[in-house]
Amino acid sequence: MSMTLGRRVARGSNAAGVAPSRKKRGVRPARVFLYVFLASVALAWFAPMGWAVYTSLRPYAETARKGYVSWPDTLTFKNYTKAFSEGQFPHYYLNTIIIVVPALLLTLFVSSMAAFVLSRFNFRGNIAILLLLTAGNLLPSQVIVTPLFNIFRVVPLPTAMNESGTLLNSYWAVGLIHVAFQTGFCTFVLANFMRMIPHELTEAALVDGASAWRQYFSVILPLCRPALAALGTLEFTWMYNDFFWGLVLMVSGDKRPITSALDNLKGTFFTDNNLIAAGSVLVAIPTIVVYIVLQKQFVRGLTVGATKG
Amino acid sequence: MTIAALPQEVPRRRRAGQSPTRLTTRDRVVLSVMLGIGVVLSIGLVWVPALMSVLLSFATWNGVGGVAAIHPVGTSNYRQIATDYPPFWPALQHNLIWLAFFLLIATPLGLLFAVLLDKEIRGTRIYQTALFMPVVLSLALTGFIWQLIYSPEQGLINNLFDVHVDWLGNPSINLWAAMVAASWRHVGYIMVIYLAGIKAVDPSLKEAAALDGASEPQIFRHVVFPALRSTNVVVLVITIIEALRAFDLVYVLNHGRNGLELLSVLITENIIGGATRIGFGSAIAVILLVISLGVIIPYLAATFRKDAAR
Repeated sequence: MSMTLGRRVARGSNAAGVAPSRKKRGVRPARVFLYVFLASVALAWFAPMGWAVYTSLRPYAETARKGYVSWPDTLTFKNYTKAFSEGQFPHYYLNTIIIVVPALLLTLFVSSMAAFVLSRFNFRGNIAILLLLTAGNLLPSQVIVTPLFNIFRVVPLPTAMNESGTLLNSYWAVGLIHVAFQTGFCTFVLANFMRMIPHELTEAALVDGASAWRQYFSVILPLCRPALAALGTLEFTWMYNDFFWGLVLMVSGDKRPITSALDNLKGTFFTDNNLIAAGSVLVAIPTIVVYIVLQKQFVRGLTVGATKG
Repeated sequence: MTIAALPQEVPRRRRAGQSPTRLTTRDRVVLSVMLGIGVVLSIGLVWVPALMSVLLSFATWNGVGGVAAIHPVGTSNYRQIATDYPPFWPALQHNLIWLAFFLLIATPLGLLFAVLLDKEIRGTRIYQTALFMPVVLSLALTGFIWQLIYSPEQGLINNLFDVHVDWLGNPSINLWAAMVAASWRHVGYIMVIYLAGIKAVDPSLKEAAALDGASEPQIFRHVVFPALRSTNVVVLVITIIEALRAFDLVYVLNHGRNGLELLSVLITENIIGGATRIGFGSAIAVILLVISLGVIIPYLAATFRKDAAR
């Protein structure tokens, strides 16, 4: 009854030419301000990266003539080709892959095993070990660099694996320290994740006669895929971005992974800002691509620890 | 049906009378190895060196000559740092300023943006991406990019606004320039963490408060923020650790000199710098370690006590 009344009223007012009194969905001034504010912030945040890209596309002769803050006559990719070859980018990208990919896989493997033991079994010292691993990840690298440098200098390595005969200045050294450092964080995250897997699953496998390894490999590990993907994305980015270990543990610049090699670039491209900009963009591209493609994983990896408890 | 599910598994030999859910010896060995690898790596490459740093800080050594060349000198390294090492107190001061900047400016900005972007706004994805993109770049790369902005002759700021400020060379302002560059990255990091934390707050709580007539700021202050307590702890720890860790950025900008001294840089200089003073560098490292542990230990105590209580 009331519905038809309402409709009749609406139709009536429409016929009379009066606007129907719906709630006005207009734009409030506060909303406008919010949009403007956020847009300005987003622009300001994109600006540095945008400026680097813009600078990298300009020919050196032109910027030398007109200055950097000027409208472009021409845009060119020549800085990229020059940076790529003079900066020996293929070589450094390769170094990075050699170091990061094995370290990443090893970290995930080692920490998932450790997390499995720590989360599914109760024993004395369980918490203490987890504490130890997590705290290790939070220390600043500089606290341990001196002894580590000297430890690596004296640990012998067959010359087949590294020509200097020791661990120092080898890909293994940097990879190993990455694993040691990141295992703490990954174990912590994976242990939390695994704790949420119901015990009934592993108990059923145990009753079926599965060994501990089987439980880990066939039951728990496949269920951890989302967490592993998230951690993998995060760890790739962190290891790729490492600057310090590559700098300190690799005395000769030519073995350095790409981020540490930025220090070399500075010497090579000393005053050529366009080349520096192009080089910076080249270094940034892999992480940005990973971010864009695996954005959800990345964010999940960062926030899994934050919302626990 | 159950045993057939694992065709490759050899049936486990159990001693008579043993319950089927107890671990066999083989299992125990496997589990120990599984845990052991990670623990050995962490202890061997992180904790043992940390301990060695402490020990080395009470000695002098220039790196050559092996263990025999290490001379114990008691606390003289520490005394020298405090009285006869010009970069130390400025470096400590700079670390503290960095920490304050992060805590009072960068992190609250992250929270602000998280709150603003939690609303259902058009384009929230773009804003989040813009703020978060710097996080995937390394701090060293950030230094490179901001150099293009800060450069006195050819940089963006000086040319755009026609001023002549030596952003990176002037010791009274280059720290602030570096902190702005670092915050460019830090804000996005914190924002993402808070976004997750805010989304995890039970929406029915917010709705109940809204029904009771609370305004949005009130809802935030009395409902959302208290529920963010565990997120706040994580954010606090991350902020402090990142401030203490700051190294890559200043090193790339000017190798950490002339106003950009930081404890982490001083340590590095004493090892790979000109004169190798390992004991001395280790003493600085221990100071950094103590400060860091002062943060790490309470955090871990709080987190793990909560976990254990669950």
